[in-house]
Amino acid sequence: MNQLEVYEELAVEGVNSDSQSEASPAVVFEKVSKTFLGSSTQSVVLEEISFTVAVGEFICLVGASGCGKSTLLNLVAGLEEPTTGTVSRPGGKVALLFQDAALLPWLTAGENVELALRLRGVKRVRRRSEAERLLTLVHLEGLHSSPIHELSGGMRQRVALARALAQEPRILLMDEPFGALDAITRDVLHEELIRIWRATGLTIIFVTHNVREAVRLGQRVKLMASRPGRVIGDWTVDIRGERRIESPAVAELAIEITDELRREIRSHASGRE
Amino acid sequence: MNSPKINPAVGDEVASLEAGLDSLGSTSGRHSAKTTRVHKAITTIVPSFIAIALLLLLWTLLYYSKIKPSYLLPSPIDIWHSLATLLNQGVLWSAVGNSLRRAAIGFLASVTVGTILGFSLVRFRLLRMAIGPLVSGLQSLPSVAWVPAAIIWFGLSDAAIYAVVMLGAIPSIANGLLAGVRHVPPLYLRVGRVLGARGFNTLRFIIFPAALPGYFAGLRQGWAFSWRSLMAAELIAFSPSLGISLGQLLQTGRDLSDMSLVLTAIFLILLVGVGFELIFFTPIERKILRTRGLLADS
Repeated sequence: MNQLEVYEELAVEGVNSDSQSEASPAVVFEKVSKTFLGSSTQSVVLEEISFTVAVGEFICLVGASGCGKSTLLNLVAGLEEPTTGTVSRPGGKVALLFQDAALLPWLTAGENVELALRLRGVKRVRRRSEAERLLTLVHLEGLHSSPIHELSGGMRQRVALARALAQEPRILLMDEPFGALDAITRDVLHEELIRIWRATGLTIIFVTHNVREAVRLGQRVKLMASRPGRVIGDWTVDIRGERRIESPAVAELAIEITDELRREIRSHASGRE
Repeated sequence: MNSPKINPAVGDEVASLEAGLDSLGSTSGRHSAKTTRVHKAITTIVPSFIAIALLLLLWTLLYYSKIKPSYLLPSPIDIWHSLATLLNQGVLWSAVGNSLRRAAIGFLASVTVGTILGFSLVRFRLLRMAIGPLVSGLQSLPSVAWVPAAIIWFGLSDAAIYAVVMLGAIPSIANGLLAGVRHVPPLYLRVGRVLGARGFNTLRFIIFPAALPGYFAGLRQGWAFSWRSLMAAELIAFSPSLGISLGQLLQTGRDLSDMSLVLTAIFLILLVGVGFELIFFTPIERKILRTRGLLADS
């Protein structure tokens, strides 16, 4: 199977058409709050978060440290429970990508993908070819038996993406997945991610503290305030044509959002001790 | 990185860009493995050979300088003769064989019990709190201290020897497993959950492979302790009914004030202990570390 066939196959499965994405919700947050109890204090990590992510939508969450972005993803992934409110995901199965590619170092690249297939219940005879198909999708054909430690950071993150796709998710959660990569690699992975999103019709919630990255990738960007974490801004990215990190239109919107973010950060200045 | 079958589609700039980045960023095929391995073998073996040769030379010089009489300091040649005598009498193989058999049985029994104990400590918090410190403490108790107790319990028998060997090795193995599991990075557990592993699958696909290096370190230490404990037990629990063994060889040498026999026994004990390590543990450990990219030369 060559690459184009892989794309076509995925594109047929995809539901990334505009009419549908506006119709049905994939993830719904309803008055979600999350409080962590410390030894003497309790900290409110998320406060009354309410918003909806549509099926097939690519949404980016930006905010400074302590805005609870990662907690929000953990709630969607079911790794944590909200203190109050509800998180529902009518969109279907969820996969999560971490900042660290979090590949299991005792397995090869392909075996990492196969483990996800196996835990999903895919029969042994199909696993190998399925893993190779997914590695081909992220442009890592022929690297099934590569040890993880021989791969570059960008390659590891792509293996992690292939492993996430092996779970056949309908919703992909990404927790600063490119934060540790160099700028050149990150730039390429942005294009890669958009390509895969288009091909698969996945719903993507992408968390980052890099405003430009958010504008470069998302259809929508949500700005979160810190301590307690809450949503304070929502932008629809309406940039036509090719979008790149250097595009003036991307920069323009990024400046607007960054100004808002800085205003929010300044409001915490009095809290410094 | 370019596989011969699938070329990046014409016009697919991302793919070729990635291929370029990948070949710049990955380390696969950067060195020729074969020459490295031969080179490595030579550089590791040659220095130790030179060291042994120098040691033998120094020893021989001391012998000929007559600082001590030869019944206190025999020459390497005397050791060789004593080894040849043992071989001719048929004592050598039965002594090595008996000790090695006891060590192997004792070690395997320790692995079984130690692994079960380790798993129980991992699994049951209350048990861990109750006897965890005791198990760690026992690790630092020289197992020779158990010899008198074992002899009182079991008499001068194989059972007494096995008891000492096991009491020496089990704490190391149980602790190794416990430490291995404790040091499993929480990130791997989260990955397991996200991938849908629960219960036994988490244990099988995430926790055990992640804990393997720690467990193996425990096994290795357990073997070293088994061997030491065995020698202590054989040396002290000395009885003709127990048959010939390396520890008994030591005791015989002492009784006869035969320094060459004593040194020969020490040499054999060292050889078997180190040999087992090199033949069995070192290759497995290297494999475990290499797959995980934890070996400096990989």
